[in-house]
Amino acid sequence: MSGSVGRIYRVAGPLVVAEGLSKVMMYEVVRVGNEGLIGEVIAIRGGRVYIQVYEETSGLTVGERVEATGRPLSAELGPGLIGSIYDGLQRPEKEIGLRTGSIFIKRGTRLPPLNRDVKWGYTRNREVGVGDKVGPGDILGYVRETPLVEHRIMVPPDVSGYVKWLADDGEYTVEDTIAIVTSEGRDIEVKMYQLWPIRKSRPYQEKLNPVKPLITGIRVIDYMFPIAKGGKAAIPGGFGTGKTVALQEITKWSDADIAIYVGCGERGNEMSDALTSFMKLNDPRRGRPMMERSVFIANTSNMPVAARETSVFLGVTIGEYFRDMGYDVVMVADSTSRWAEAMREISGRMEEMPGEEGFPAYLSSRLAEFYERAGRVRALGRPERYGSLTIFGAVSPPGGDFSEPVVRSTVRYVQSFYALDYGLATRRHFPAVNWLFSYSLYIDFVRGYWDSITNWSVYRETALKILQREAELSDIVRLVGPEALPEEDKLVLEVARMIREDFLQQSALNPVDAYSPPEKGALIMEAIMEFYSLARKAVARGIPVAKLRELRCRTMIAQMKYYTLDELRSKVYPELVSTFRSEFEKLLGG
Amino acid sequence: MEGLLTVRSTRSIIGVRGSLLFVKAIGGIKYGELVEVSLDGTSVLGQVIDVSKDVAVVQVFGGTAGITPGRTVVKFYGDTIRIPVSSDMLGRIFDGLGRPIDGGPPIVPEDYLEIHGAPLNPALRVPPSEPIETGISVIDGLLTLVRGQKLPIFSGSGLPHNRIAMQIVRQASVRGSGESFVVVFGAIGVTYEEVAYFLKELRSMGALDRTIAFIAPASASTVEKLALPRTALTAAEFLAWDYDTHVLTILTDMTNYCEALRELSAAREEVPGRRGYPGYMYTDLATIYERAGRVSGRKGSMTIMPILTMPDDDITHPIPDLTGYITEGQIVLSRDMWRKGIYPPVDVFLSLSRLMKEGIGSGKTREDHREVFSQLISAYAEAQYLRELSAIVGTESLTPRDRKYLEFADLFERRFINQGEYERRSFEKTLDIGWEVLSVLPEEELKQISPQTLRKYYPKYRASSGG
Repeated sequence: MSGSVGRIYRVAGPLVVAEGLSKVMMYEVVRVGNEGLIGEVIAIRGGRVYIQVYEETSGLTVGERVEATGRPLSAELGPGLIGSIYDGLQRPEKEIGLRTGSIFIKRGTRLPPLNRDVKWGYTRNREVGVGDKVGPGDILGYVRETPLVEHRIMVPPDVSGYVKWLADDGEYTVEDTIAIVTSEGRDIEVKMYQLWPIRKSRPYQEKLNPVKPLITGIRVIDYMFPIAKGGKAAIPGGFGTGKTVALQEITKWSDADIAIYVGCGERGNEMSDALTSFMKLNDPRRGRPMMERSVFIANTSNMPVAARETSVFLGVTIGEYFRDMGYDVVMVADSTSRWAEAMREISGRMEEMPGEEGFPAYLSSRLAEFYERAGRVRALGRPERYGSLTIFGAVSPPGGDFSEPVVRSTVRYVQSFYALDYGLATRRHFPAVNWLFSYSLYIDFVRGYWDSITNWSVYRETALKILQREAELSDIVRLVGPEALPEEDKLVLEVARMIREDFLQQSALNPVDAYSPPEKGALIMEAIMEFYSLARKAVARGIPVAKLRELRCRTMIAQMKYYTLDELRSKVYPELVSTFRSEFEKLLGG
Repeated sequence: MEGLLTVRSTRSIIGVRGSLLFVKAIGGIKYGELVEVSLDGTSVLGQVIDVSKDVAVVQVFGGTAGITPGRTVVKFYGDTIRIPVSSDMLGRIFDGLGRPIDGGPPIVPEDYLEIHGAPLNPALRVPPSEPIETGISVIDGLLTLVRGQKLPIFSGSGLPHNRIAMQIVRQASVRGSGESFVVVFGAIGVTYEEVAYFLKELRSMGALDRTIAFIAPASASTVEKLALPRTALTAAEFLAWDYDTHVLTILTDMTNYCEALRELSAAREEVPGRRGYPGYMYTDLATIYERAGRVSGRKGSMTIMPILTMPDDDITHPIPDLTGYITEGQIVLSRDMWRKGIYPPVDVFLSLSRLMKEGIGSGKTREDHREVFSQLISAYAEAQYLRELSAIVGTESLTPRDRKYLEFADLFERRFINQGEYERRSFEKTLDIGWEVLSVLPEEELKQISPQTLRKYYPKYRASSGG
């Protein structure tokens, strides 16, 4: 076929230029060279086609074959995704290890993303029968993929027509046909898996406003700067600020049905640490290993740079697929800066006009394409269902400087911003989320949820005001020392310290404190607020703050986070309330 | 013709710029292939870094002086750069391209390996969890190096990082019978004096038989400096994965490597990133450091300790900054400590070993390690605060407890951190010194230590129990 086979004209690192490919489209996948390395068309200029190659290009020669495949870069979506570890091209890394017997990822290795030999137990959806009209997203049947995930087999987005034949309940591989749909006289075989181009967002009926918070188990996020299911958030922070730990904690503990962890251009040992802990740790709500609801994409920093971009889009596509089944999905990308750097590298090789700090001018729109795929939707197809995809993107600004292009472009598209602070990290305040610079635009969406648990709207605002006041006072303290402050201000400093140390600080290493359910955070904050209101009365009566600091209830509040919610409710909190009463009665009465 | 002849040559040089040679393309040139450029009587090596139908760009590993279009012959070898590797490399000294420079015979290769290596399969990695004993208290006790970790030393000009490097080369070891351990030492762009020091040390130490050294002095070509870390790691990987060896690779000074990278990038007229360093420096450094790790099914491990000097002692400079994003912690040297006469002058607060918590404790170092570590750090932090305070209010207004802390801090620096350049301390010895230093403080101040551990190790109780 002329026009679909060309020849290499130039090789420059991950960029290959080919000639003679007249029939390619943008973002089409091409096979480059005699080994058939995977590449993607990223520009067509005159008769030359610019190809970003996703594998190491050493040894390629001018004149080698380049073949167009006619398809954009697509993800395979079907049973077998859960528990997989993929690279940026969705190659299954565990299987590659088994198949090649090598500890390295060698280029040119080809394996299908979904295992073709595994037979899945399939149950037909009884609501659909032969002769029925079906359309995109209609659920044909179910596969129990893991104890935590029921995989819903849907009619692919580009198929609709009348059901001609349906497979019975039974054991099938992903390639077996489970339904035949007739459309305009043509029979379409529907299999258990479908393909979807990763750069294109999957269709839905409508996008909706978020209504529920995504509970991450991290107090500073859930209580102070909540994120909604279907939201988008950025976590910027320099090295050593605990970015990766924060992201891992979010993926582990959040109350999503499916978690997708994309390690893009980051450390290999960290990936392996995350993998190990996902296999060991149990989901707090359902008591099963977290791996049974997770998908990993591991494209470490030493793997080909061009595949960083695909790993991010692959993650989002898998996320949308599960969202379409009606699930709440959380996806984290660590780190979007490495992806941006990959864009910069390719752009430089293409000799494009550079924008700020050498990043291409389209950096911002590419980030937008990614974050805008988050959201809560009414999915296509019957039965009616709602799903959400929440995205957390890490940003690693050089020198921890938030004024650099990636952070600045990202903040325009995210609704929650968790600024990690080097100063807090060195003081061992973790998670090092700076309360003065972080924000959430989901407050009004989650107010209903939180106010049904606790007096959230009032307490949260009070706590933030106290922290703000502390920041103002600390300048004065630095000049004149804390003793020169009036007692009311000293009390503010004391309560601010309680909020910081007893509420915001949370240890990822302590098994009890690592996951904090919202009700627990609510109780701790209630206790602090109770202390504040009683202490204010005491201070008004002339009792010095130093005296209040020695109260037993003060220490009891500090201990609260080390108890489980049940212990708090049944024992610790009632005890605390009575201690409050007796201690303050003594102070105020005597 | 193409494909039949592996070695092809041409004289059609179009231009020369810096270390880049522009050659009119002949058929079959491969991206990344090795090139030999013959000058009058001598020859230098090079590599194809860009090739198109018309032009091939060759990066020359040496000076381009003497290159004459029309006369100079450029030979293309048809293969990418490979170095010979062998277990015979132990005890030998090589240049950045793996050629012996110790006057000994060439090695008998067991294999030829590409120096760029291939990425480890992330799914096969195993989290690092066993320590390496460097014999240096501040590292072993507070910043434990774990097999498979990459832990850099951030130094500054004039600080004794080379002496620390040599001390680690001499002393580092792993415990456990049947575990073999090798140190690969790579020096990049170091001065004549430094080379002389390294050679003297390497030759005089008995450890040479378990050491391989690679040296590219400051006078070496840019590209040899760029190749050196990869050459060293290729040899290290060969021993780690094919010979089940625990390999510690020390690379000094990575700042010189980054300078060479910037030079090359400028010669290629690439769009510069921060401070003129190329935008891909993160990725480039990652392809070096990420070769560290452990994998399932192999007994060996790859540990990397890069050493770099921070320009102007600035930790936000792109070199330490990008390194810190890749490595698992950092050991930061402090000029203040060095002025106080403390060797090794480690700033304990800025330093961190991220993988330490997995690599210490019972069966690995000693059961009390975790607690001693936390207690030393928190007591030293308290003391540091009190030092600042006493600078303002004077020591007179401090309580007796506070003064104990100041005494502790001095002893901690002089006795625990400070140690002889030729003094080798075991984990036990390090922890015992930790206890000795802690015993300055009243028992009730040791809040990070459980009562059981305290009764077992606190010097007072140890003495009374006769043990």
